[in-house]
Amino acid sequence: MIYRVLAKSYTRTIVAALVALVFSLIITSIVLSVSGFNPPSTFQAMFEFGKDPDSIVNTVNRAATYYLSALAVAIGFRMNLFNIGVDGQYRLAAMLAAAAGGAWALPAVLHQVVIILVAVVVGGLWAAIAAFLKVTRGVSEVISTIMLNFIASGLIAFLLNPQRLAVKVAGSNNIGTEPISSSGRMPGISYPGSELKIYSFVLVAMLAGIAFWYMINRTRFGFDLRATGLSQSAAVASGVDAKRMVVVAMVMSGAVAGMVGMPQLLGGSYSYSLDFPTGIGFTGIGIALLGRNSPVGIAFASLLWAFLDQSSQILDFNDIPKEIVAITQAAVLLSVVIVYEVVTRVGQRIDQRHVAAQLGEVPA
Amino acid sequence: MSPTEPAVELHGITKRFPGVVANHDIDIEVVAGTVHAIVGENGAGKSTLMKILYGMQRPDEGTIKVAGNEVSLHSPADAIARGIGMVHQHFMLADNLSVLENVVLGAEKLYGIGGKARRRIEEISRQYGLGVEPDRLVEQLGVGARQRVEILKVLYRGAKILILDEPTAVLVPQEVEELFGNLRELKREGLTVIFISHKLDEVLSVADTITVIRRGTTVGTVEPGEVTARQLAELMVGSELPVPELRESTVTDVPVLSMSDVTVRDAGGRTLVDDVSLTIHEGEILGIAGVEGNGQAELVEAIMGMLPVESGVIRLGETDLTKLGTRRRREAGIGFIPEDRHRHGLLLDSPLWENRILGHQTRPPNVKGVLIDRQGARRDTERIVRDYDVRTPGIDVNAASLSGGNQQKLIVGREMSDDPKLLIAAHPTRGVDVGAQSAIWDHLRHARAEGLAVLLISADLDELIGMSDTLRVILRGRLVGEADPATITPDQLGSLMTGAGEGSAA
Repeated sequence: MIYRVLAKSYTRTIVAALVALVFSLIITSIVLSVSGFNPPSTFQAMFEFGKDPDSIVNTVNRAATYYLSALAVAIGFRMNLFNIGVDGQYRLAAMLAAAAGGAWALPAVLHQVVIILVAVVVGGLWAAIAAFLKVTRGVSEVISTIMLNFIASGLIAFLLNPQRLAVKVAGSNNIGTEPISSSGRMPGISYPGSELKIYSFVLVAMLAGIAFWYMINRTRFGFDLRATGLSQSAAVASGVDAKRMVVVAMVMSGAVAGMVGMPQLLGGSYSYSLDFPTGIGFTGIGIALLGRNSPVGIAFASLLWAFLDQSSQILDFNDIPKEIVAITQAAVLLSVVIVYEVVTRVGQRIDQRHVAAQLGEVPA
Repeated sequence: MSPTEPAVELHGITKRFPGVVANHDIDIEVVAGTVHAIVGENGAGKSTLMKILYGMQRPDEGTIKVAGNEVSLHSPADAIARGIGMVHQHFMLADNLSVLENVVLGAEKLYGIGGKARRRIEEISRQYGLGVEPDRLVEQLGVGARQRVEILKVLYRGAKILILDEPTAVLVPQEVEELFGNLRELKREGLTVIFISHKLDEVLSVADTITVIRRGTTVGTVEPGEVTARQLAELMVGSELPVPELRESTVTDVPVLSMSDVTVRDAGGRTLVDDVSLTIHEGEILGIAGVEGNGQAELVEAIMGMLPVESGVIRLGETDLTKLGTRRRREAGIGFIPEDRHRHGLLLDSPLWENRILGHQTRPPNVKGVLIDRQGARRDTERIVRDYDVRTPGIDVNAASLSGGNQQKLIVGREMSDDPKLLIAAHPTRGVDVGAQSAIWDHLRHARAEGLAVLLISADLDELIGMSDTLRVILRGRLVGEADPATITPDQLGSLMTGAGEGSAA
């Protein structure tokens, strides 16, 4: 029975994800019990809080951000290119896009488009540095993108200064870019039962996911990208220009990374200030792994991640450290990697047996 | 131990494996102090059997007895402890270490790493006539000498039973003779040798007993005196053998591939392909003979544009390929059957129809503009599966699920698509069964008759001689000789390959 279930690759993915989730809940339960808390009531409190309308809006908004980040990572991963620099790419992109959007007064629609374009171009260019170093000097993109993250932080700190691109935020010690005027903002979408609005950039994130799926599965370029990821040697022998692929994939990854800050910037903060969210690029790596680099898988993974983040807010009220959720997230991630590997191997064995059985080659 | 007592007995060995021909009901008795050959086609289950005997795999059923005692082998260490040693087909030596260091590596506890170890190595080398010098660097040694180091390594660890997995695959005929001299020496000293091969002439000349394996089971044990190579071969495949041969010449005077003074060097400046000039005409199969590692792979990669050439010109018809990338060269009409189909020919984890696209991802029926034409690719994959007799339940199974022969037939079918002008066939029948081999030869003959130019590289000298219109010999990156396939024998070709008789033979 289980053989038949595992025969299809997408069911394998789902099975792997579910097993991993159950496994991580068990680990979390153990940790909770050891720390003297009651696992069922803790989970129930989280679930109750998580399904509150406000929580749902926050979860969706957060998930959109995570989704774009994970998508950026996945583009690289699909060809075994490790863009660890999504974090630096999106922060620098968001900061410069915010500065541009605040400085230029443009009519609506055009204004938003320009802001997004600036972000995409900055993200792509920043990633292009790592690609350039890799193809010309052979520098590992893992090293260069990590280092570029630090350089981006330094650059942001330098530029985000009242003498340069920043202004003081009224009524606080915070500084940020000039707020984007209403013509450049993206109105939110109402959700019944909540005062909060869902960022309309969520729709852009969905479009990006569909575009990614289409590119990977339906275009020649996507085929080359996947082939390179599956077997670089075979791809090169088939005529794929490995260097060109590195540059194009890295720039695309950076361009998508550039959009990571947009839901927040265009839908909530309208300015890049010192408290703009950081670290989403690294979260994206985990989510891309969890979602197996597939646009659909990543969507579920980012929703799960965002839900855990959001629902953990309640734990502090019950005197449970909300860091417990980080353990859950880590456990999901580790177990999905292991479970998926096991499921894949079992699945391959089933495939081979299946083929052999149909051809009558192997004595049973 | 009396000379007729079995050193190793295998009874009812069964090993089930997904997708591969498993072993079942294997019965072998190896008499101590003999050379016992195990022959069978590629994929008949020889390697699995040896892995079982060497403790790398556990049998599902059956018993193994060593010197009369039933044993259970969990790891190679267990096997070595019982005096069973293995010389692998691919050498496991560290090039930048000396012979002494390679031998003691991992066996430091036996005789230390100093003078005592050196004395022991010299003693073994003398005793069995191996002629191994402990202080030479392995990288300076030739293939035959490296193999002797491997044998010495095993003896040093106290093996009384040696398993040699296809030891002659990497050797030229002269080196094979030397190896056989060593084996006879080992036998005289009372050691037992289990010799795996599919080269029947060799087996007949060196073995005392021959066990034939077909489709995973033992089909007979014979004495070399009582069978001919032909009979042994038929026992091995269970049917008549295909013969590599060409009919009347179809060679025209229209050049398809012309290379002039092509030189390729690696990053360190070492010359890999040295001033090679050759021309292949329409309807001609040009075979390149050479011991592996003499620049054949690099020559192929230079033609495919996977390695940059330092100087020289490569032309396909009127087109100068020298500066073009691999894709443009393929589009210009080059089909490519790579030497290592897993590394260069397939996406193992992708379905067959996606593998149809690989290497042809800019041409119909696989694409429409910048989009992949799934229907077109699938339809054409169906055609290849049908016309090239690829045994598969469908085109949606992953390439990894197919047997080697069927993978190769898929690649041949794919590379013959889109009307290539030139086909590069590197070891086209390596590791495939007899049925696939005969089919692939048929396809090559047919394509040759249609005017295809073929560059054939093979380690199988019979294939090379039988299937080529013209033969060139490569040695250390240079084309050193030319031979007439109509008159040359494998032995003569072998001496050309080692550079024994430079110039033109035949």
